Amino acid sequence: MSLIYTLRLADDALILGHRISEWTGHGPILEQDIAITNTALDHLGRARSLYQYAAELFNQLPDAQKTSAFTSVAINALVAAGTPVDEDDLAYLRDSGDFRNLLLTEQPNGDWACTIARSFYYDAFHYFYFSALQHSSNAALAAIAAKSLKETTYHLRWSSEWVIRLGDGTEESHSRMQQAIDNMWMYTGEMLTMSAAEQEALAAGYGVDIAQIAPLWQNRVKEILDEATLSLPSGTWMQQGGKDGIHSENMGFILAEMQFLQRAYPGMEW
Amino acid sequence: MTVHSFQEHFDSLIDREIAIEPKDWMPDNYRKTLIRQISQHAHSEIIGMLPEGNWITRAPSLRRKAVLLAKVQDEAGHGLYLYSAAETLGISRDEMYDQLHTGKAKYSSIFNYPTLTWADIGAIGWLVDGAAIMNQVPLCRTSYGPYARAMVRVCKEESFHQRQGFEIMLTLSKGTEVQRKMAQDAFNRWWWPSLMMFGPPDAESPHTEQSVRWRIKRFTNDELRQKFVDVTTEQAKVLGLDMPDPEIKWNEERGHYDFGKINWDEFWNVVKGNGPCNKQRLEARNKAWNEGQWVRDAAMAYAAKKKNKAAEAA
Repeated sequence: MSLIYTLRLADDALILGHRISEWTGHGPILEQDIAITNTALDHLGRARSLYQYAAELFNQLPDAQKTSAFTSVAINALVAAGTPVDEDDLAYLRDSGDFRNLLLTEQPNGDWACTIARSFYYDAFHYFYFSALQHSSNAALAAIAAKSLKETTYHLRWSSEWVIRLGDGTEESHSRMQQAIDNMWMYTGEMLTMSAAEQEALAAGYGVDIAQIAPLWQNRVKEILDEATLSLPSGTWMQQGGKDGIHSENMGFILAEMQFLQRAYPGMEW
Repeated sequence: MTVHSFQEHFDSLIDREIAIEPKDWMPDNYRKTLIRQISQHAHSEIIGMLPEGNWITRAPSLRRKAVLLAKVQDEAGHGLYLYSAAETLGISRDEMYDQLHTGKAKYSSIFNYPTLTWADIGAIGWLVDGAAIMNQVPLCRTSYGPYARAMVRVCKEESFHQRQGFEIMLTLSKGTEVQRKMAQDAFNRWWWPSLMMFGPPDAESPHTEQSVRWRIKRFTNDELRQKFVDVTTEQAKVLGLDMPDPEIKWNEERGHYDFGKINWDEFWNVVKGNGPCNKQRLEARNKAWNEGQWVRDAAMAYAAKKKNKAAEAA
């Protein structure tokens, strides 16, 4: 159903935005501190639009479906009290099994090269993904995708430029960039594989055919890596699970940090 | 022109309130004073990103998170304009960074205090940005043109931040008992350090007299501090919070609030490096800078390669 599909996109945006926001105040140079914080804000903005829409969808469900949607005790308590959920409930009250973000998005920042590689793979895919989703039969998703495409176009330019600059910079930066591109590679397969919710979305006319996007993504990645004098990783083993709520160990810590206040002081206005 | 007539010309520009521009002659000490003040100000913006950035990943709602991210990003932007303004006086950004990283340059001591709860983000916006605005609004008319122009933009954004901080405090003070306590506790901890932000008392402020003469400074530390106390005491009433100073009392005759004695020993101790977070703040800046070295080197190397290629093609 479109709730799960929407939440998956929202979770990607929230978790990647969270990771990127960890750089704020710690970037390698002031101008890039500003640039990367801007990117974090874009991801967070997209997460908010998607969670707001997901909350609308959730609140329209029959009660029985609401209580079985998540494992969250806190959300079920809201349902029992007849309280509608909002963007914050979805972000702050679900546990990791209910999050469907890509494993790629939850990977630690590592060094600048690692952060760039993670963003580059993500941006290159989502540039094509949002290009397609802006034509979704679902007007809400189409509108969010159209706005996101503008931002993602910029993100992709930024991350591609850094891949090239580091790849073709110094010996050290080349080796760090290659390492990062190799290390993140095994988290890219999941982007290119359709989950049940994504297949359903495609069949229902509001989703995106990832099979058509995969070759576009591959070409773009290869093109940029060539220009960066880097080699395309050859590994074929791909980690999966994020889209089905099976995450890496990182996820629990991200949520423990992010959800701390809402968990320690439940039910308050901030 | 002789040095004497250069000086006369400079003095007459100052007296006629005409901005001094980078290519104008200026006394060495005027230049030094400005470099010290502007770079300290820039460093304060950059160090100030750390205590606030501390709560980005833990902000209690997505809206608050977005506002906080944008705010911390604004601080980086302020740092950027201010470093650029200082560069017009003949110092490079790298030199200024070096002074910061080695502990030679100072920054506002307020950022050596920790942000312990979410209410601290509200208190910083309300009090610290509030105090900063009082210090900075007169700087929009400071005698050095590039600094004055940078401050116009900085002040616009700071007043947003101040309102956002006040709004966090208002939400907390209207919230549950535990939130009200959180707000009061943050107010108690940030109040005195905020008063110290205006600098030592006029009688002990080594730079004030000359800076006022040069119209770098327009009001003295004590004048600005009094204004802050007067305004903030009224705002605390709106929040329903208790003043952290039991001696706060309206003085009809002076038309101002009287307030208690500031602990200047604490102030000088923090300035000397013994605040709760001096060490962590400098370590965080040094870490970011050192770990970014290979990134900056790569960017330079790549830019040089591109330039060479372009030259070969031409």
